[in-house]
Amino acid sequence: MSIKGKVWKYGDDVNTDVIFPGKYTYTITDPKEMALHALEDLDSKFAKEVKKEDIVVAGRNFGCGSSREQAATCLKYAGVGAIVAKSFSRIFFRNAINQGLPLVQCKEAAGNISSGELIEINFEKGKLSCKKGVFDFPPLPELVLGILKDGGLIPHTKKILKIEKGE
Amino acid sequence: MGKTIVEKILSAHTDTDNLRVGDIIKARVDFAFANDITAPIAIKYFKESGARQVFDKKRVGLIPDHFAPNKDIKSAEQCKLLKEFAQEYEIENYFEIGKMGVEHALLPEKGLVLPGDVVVGADSHTDTSGALGAFAIGVGSTDFAAVMALGEVWLKVPSTIKFIYSGKLKKWVSGKDLILYTISKIGVDGANYKVMEFSGEVIKGLSMDSRFTICNMAIEAGAKTGIIEPDEITLEYIKGRAKRSFQIYNSDPDAHYEKIIEINVSKIEPQVAFPHLPENTKPISEAKGIKIDQSIIGSCTNGRIEDLRIAAEILKGQQVHSEVRLIIIPATQDIYLQAIREGLIEIFITAGGAVSTPTCGPCLGGYMGILAKGERAISTTNRNFVGRMGHPESEVYLASPAIAAASAILGRIASPEEVK
Repeated sequence: MSIKGKVWKYGDDVNTDVIFPGKYTYTITDPKEMALHALEDLDSKFAKEVKKEDIVVAGRNFGCGSSREQAATCLKYAGVGAIVAKSFSRIFFRNAINQGLPLVQCKEAAGNISSGELIEINFEKGKLSCKKGVFDFPPLPELVLGILKDGGLIPHTKKILKIEKGE
Repeated sequence: MGKTIVEKILSAHTDTDNLRVGDIIKARVDFAFANDITAPIAIKYFKESGARQVFDKKRVGLIPDHFAPNKDIKSAEQCKLLKEFAQEYEIENYFEIGKMGVEHALLPEKGLVLPGDVVVGADSHTDTSGALGAFAIGVGSTDFAAVMALGEVWLKVPSTIKFIYSGKLKKWVSGKDLILYTISKIGVDGANYKVMEFSGEVIKGLSMDSRFTICNMAIEAGAKTGIIEPDEITLEYIKGRAKRSFQIYNSDPDAHYEKIIEINVSKIEPQVAFPHLPENTKPISEAKGIKIDQSIIGSCTNGRIEDLRIAAEILKGQQVHSEVRLIIIPATQDIYLQAIREGLIEIFITAGGAVSTPTCGPCLGGYMGILAKGERAISTTNRNFVGRMGHPESEVYLASPAIAAASAILGRIASPEEVK
């Protein structure tokens, strides 16, 4: 599993209010419509210009703030193939995994990537290639990889219900 | 080696042996809940998962509180989904308007979350219930859907930072000031993925209301949750409320902590967090004089009876500044009623304040007090991000009910000392 995409680079503490403003949380339910507002209060160009498999790169504490998973959903449906950051806020981390959106936590890489460049990520090997070189990152734990491979937590739950409970 | 309270709670809720920090486990859940923003998506996913029923009808909560009472047609449709789902799946803890409160104030009050529990809420301020000695974590809608289906949640066993508070609190310094001060010391990601265990003589001397305020904002330092070991004050609070049996856990004296941070509170002044992060905190002496348009007293952080009593003490016999909107929102119906009985609501209205039925409303820029471009609010809520309470060019300053009340009177950020 690997992707190659153009980088959208941002700073530290990109919070859920700028990723997906609270005012839309009760008015928008269609993920495709959510995508139109992705990062609206941070970068008004993003939602208009982002392409499939583009990669968001950021600093520390990406996704901090509220638990709203629209923050992960809007980025996934905007086409984002992965997010690379120095660190993620924990609820955002969960939400992204649960949506089947892979995350790479790699301080060195995040600090060395520039906006607009093309980078390639191999999730199985734990390698990220960019202009400044190749960076290693620790692979995700087995249980988490299992959820990603099933396509997210709901397909994963469906599988468990089928196997364990015969539902 | 000893264990922390969180390690003990998680050990009791998983089949994994010899639990270690960093392990990814599946934990059994004692209570799970969601609100009108997070539940509708979860309901859709729950149905997609193929589950025929929720894991336990008594252990699921649905609370329309964010845009409720319904702000408009769209929010009405969202809230309707909760009601219909509760009826269809016979969920016992659905709270209709009139019985509803802000979820993190309501659930402890109703004895639905208890010491020793694993609590999963589809809202970031679920950590509030950590004040009871529960392991309470905020998650997203998908997690909540999976928990409703399976009664378990995947999680990483977190490490714990222990905070020990000692010394004597100055007048007007509250739980809110302690947590704002603590966040300013460690930063908004200072406890990312970790548990903040609050302890020491100062915490032991605090009421449950103040403890809830402290645990509520652990998330603003990135923490997985906040927790306080149960004691006599906790048990006194639980008495007559608990709907089922529960288990008390305490940290062992030789438990391993990632870090121990000692804080002497004797010199801490009331705090104000400046825009646009809760870590941008200054003592009130450096914050005075900033003109405000609105003052909000309420929310899951500071909408409890103790908060309203402090606000009333300051507002009694005073008038809200002619250019300020003071909006007071008791967090639950019981708190509202108590405030009426104690004469607090009369004080607020006589002073020129507006009192609202329980709702999260303005805290997240929902309704009931939205800021226009360029406006400033002092607020007892928990976040001051860009655009949080309205226009992206508005500003939110976070503080205690005492400061919010004093500021409402003077029309600028002010210390309670200035009006008392």
